[in-house]
Amino acid sequence: MRLGFRRGLIHGIPIALGYFSVSFGFGIMAVRAGLTVIEAVCISMTNLTSAGQAAGVGVIAACGTYIEMAVTQFVINIRYSLMGLSLSQKLDTSFNTPHRLAVSFGITDEIFAMASAQPSKLTPRYMYGLILISFIGWSGGTLLGAVAGNILPAPITDAMGIVLYGMFLAIIIPAAKKSKSVLFVIIIAAAISTILYYAVPSLSGGFAVIISAIVASAAAAIIFPVSEEEKKTS
Amino acid sequence: MSIVIYIAVMAGVTYLVRMIPFTLMRKKIRSKFLRSFLYYIPYAVLSAMTIPAIFYSTGNMITAVAGTVAAVILAYFGLPLIVVALAASGTAFIVGFIV
Repeated sequence: MRLGFRRGLIHGIPIALGYFSVSFGFGIMAVRAGLTVIEAVCISMTNLTSAGQAAGVGVIAACGTYIEMAVTQFVINIRYSLMGLSLSQKLDTSFNTPHRLAVSFGITDEIFAMASAQPSKLTPRYMYGLILISFIGWSGGTLLGAVAGNILPAPITDAMGIVLYGMFLAIIIPAAKKSKSVLFVIIIAAAISTILYYAVPSLSGGFAVIISAIVASAAAAIIFPVSEEEKKTS
Repeated sequence: MSIVIYIAVMAGVTYLVRMIPFTLMRKKIRSKFLRSFLYYIPYAVLSAMTIPAIFYSTGNMITAVAGTVAAVILAYFGLPLIVVALAASGTAFIVGFIV
C-alpha cells in the first residue's frame, strides 16, 4: 500500500498525543524559567525536539553564551544526523532536494521511529502528514502548557509522561520477537544506556543514546550482517 | 543576551544536524557493514532512549514499572501503537491511586 498524506496523518496521531503531553510540560517549564508564552511557542515551532529544547531553556535561564547554546544543541541533537542517514536509504524516488530540505526539519525520535517501521519506501506526502500532525501536537501542547499552567491534575500529567516510551516499546518488541539479531541490539543498547545512566551521571542524555546506539548497532552489524534479501522479509 | 538570537541559534543548529546528512546522502550505501549498522540503528536508538528513562517517566518508579509491564505484554501480542502507548499511561494512572 502506498504511503500517502492521509496515512501519514493517521500514523502521526499517537505521536501527536504523546507530544502534546510532553510539550505541555515543556510549556510549563519554559514559563517558570522566565520566558514568555510567545517565546516558548516560538522555540517549539522552530526546534521540534524535547531534550534539546529543555536544555536550551536551561542555557537561557543561566544566561549562557551563544557558543554554549550551539554546542549543547549539537551534542544533544547529533543523533538526528544518524537518523537522517538511516532514513536517506529508505526514500522514494520522488524525494527531490526541496522535499528533503523540508522533511529534514521534522526528523524527530518518534517520526524517525514511525517512518523506519514502514515496510515500503517513504514518500514526501507521507512524511508531510506525519510531521504536520506531530508539529500541531507539539506546538499546541506548548501553548496550552505555557498559558494554562496547571489545569490538569498532577496524576494525569504524571501518567502522560510514559506515553512516548510506551510507543517506542510497541515498535521494538514485535521486531525483537521476529528477529534474534534485533533482540540482541535492543538488549545491548539498553544495557549500555543503563550502565551510562548510573555510572556517568554527568553525561547528557543525547550523548548516552548516541554511544549506546553506535556500540550496539556496530556489534550487531559485525555479528549479524544483514543481506538485502533478509531486510525485505524482516 | 538576546532571546531572539538564542532561539535562532537553537533552531539553526538543530536544523543543520537534521538537514545535512538527510539531504546530501544520495547514494545507496554499498558497504555491508554500514548497511547493517544503519538497519540496526533505529532499534538501538529507541531501546537506549527507553531504558532506563521509562522508569523515571511518571515521577514514581512503581507506576512506571506497572506501565512498562503493561506496554511490554501488549506490544508482545502485537497490539497497535496507540493502544500500547495509552495502556501504559492508563496503567500508570490507575496504579498511582493504589500505591
